[in-house]
Amino acid sequence: MQYLLLIHHDDEALAKAPPSLWAEYAAFNAALAKSGVGTPGLRLEHASKGRSITRRTGAVEILDGPYADTKEQFAGYLLVDVPDVDTAVQWAIRCPSAHYGTIEVRPLWAMAPA
Amino acid sequence: MTASGDTARRTAERVARDSYGRLVAYLAARTRDVAGAEDALADAFASALQTWSINGVPDVPNAWLLTVARRRLTDAARRRQTQAAGKAHLQLMADELDDAAHQHDDIPDRRLALMFACAHPQVERGMRAPLILQTILGLTAQDIAAAFLISPATMGQRLVRAKTRLKEACIAFAIPERVDLPDRLDAVLEAIYAAYTKGWAEIDGTGAPLADEAIWLGRLVVSLLPDEPEAKGMLALMLYAEARRRARRDSTGFYVPLEQQDIALWDDWQIDLAEVLLDEANACGPSGRYQIEAAIQSAHVARRRLGAQTWPVIVALYTHLETLTGSPVVTLNRAVALAELDGPEAALVILDGLSDDRRLADYQPYWAARGHLAARAGRHADAHAALTLAIGLATDDAVRHYLLAQRAALLAD
Repeated sequence: MQYLLLIHHDDEALAKAPPSLWAEYAAFNAALAKSGVGTPGLRLEHASKGRSITRRTGAVEILDGPYADTKEQFAGYLLVDVPDVDTAVQWAIRCPSAHYGTIEVRPLWAMAPA
Repeated sequence: MTASGDTARRTAERVARDSYGRLVAYLAARTRDVAGAEDALADAFASALQTWSINGVPDVPNAWLLTVARRRLTDAARRRQTQAAGKAHLQLMADELDDAAHQHDDIPDRRLALMFACAHPQVERGMRAPLILQTILGLTAQDIAAAFLISPATMGQRLVRAKTRLKEACIAFAIPERVDLPDRLDAVLEAIYAAYTKGWAEIDGTGAPLADEAIWLGRLVVSLLPDEPEAKGMLALMLYAEARRRARRDSTGFYVPLEQQDIALWDDWQIDLAEVLLDEANACGPSGRYQIEAAIQSAHVARRRLGAQTWPVIVALYTHLETLTGSPVVTLNRAVALAELDGPEAALVILDGLSDDRRLADYQPYWAARGHLAARAGRHADAHAALTLAIGLATDDAVRHYLLAQRAALLAD
């Protein structure tokens, strides 16, 4: 089963993170690769650098910045292929970002074989 | 909240903790509907909080709760069945519950029967421990989910499913035949021990209460089945582990491995009780896995307390356990013990033999052990790589910080 781990960071908490955070991330990525469940995730630039687009009303609306003004902003993601949701949750617990925000674990929509 | 409201709440909490399982067992005995019994009991607790804070706490709170819950149940049953046959059944049920309400002594076999029902082969293996925890201890789906790392909503759904399964299978709360007991007992012990290990791993938060509950359940099983050596073995094993709880972290919350623990912080009373239980279990015949694991803990205690050379015994016990279980985790532990006799290289040979086992790829203790052994063998690059994986796999912050410190020490060498 494939699960996407969606990482949401709290800017204030992340700003106070110790320098060892990146060493822990390196170790996390090494463990991820070694166990064969996934590859290092993709980190996004800050939400303020994004654009939000909608055509709900028919007209194109483009807004600068995040989609929603929440305390925790979407910061990156990684894909794991594991037997069950509990194993995916274990990886979310191991992810260093869990200390500075929330990790959402979402199963990928299972496509019917073509 | 008023003072009397406070008393009412405290009493209700105490009753819930002491008698919840027994009350559910009484209520579900005839209907076999654990979920229905729990709903009725939840209603009874809710009215108790209201009524007791106004009228005071009754002399026998259990009986009061049982009477109210029984009324809820019979009302619900009445709504379901109106034919005459149902009336007789309801009358019988009411009589039985009345009897139960007026008996103040425990009828532990009912409680045990309920545990055996929860450990029925029809119930999904992974749900046996949560179901026992909920039905016997009255832990909420929220508590259990926190202990079992599943979302409360998911855990709630699974518990409901498991209970429905029990009801559909019409599993009677009866003590299984003597001949079936060992099979069922294994499931009960496994469930309790699973709950304990969850509680053990959590040094704070939800852990300690869950570990306490598991030990309490273990004591219950031992008191009900005094001739079962594995029940005693498992209780002893839990007590050895629990006795060291305070020593597992230093004052700053830093992880302390067994070898460096301050034995003055060990709980002598729990260790003594474990030793007695283990002796009794060993007197009962061939040893199962829990007794062997308890014996290993006993050997560690003798080593740390008396400086006894018990490593050969520990290695021999792990070898025996390995043939019994075939578990790679046991092999790993045997290797770590063997390093104390034959050196780290001998242990690393065994670990190399395990390196293809997929089950260990994300098993943090394997990589931590590999890192420590490689460091002792002077293989710094190997040690660094293994400790890095262990750091990445650690879910416990204290353990992760300990491993980071170990790796830093390696670079300083």
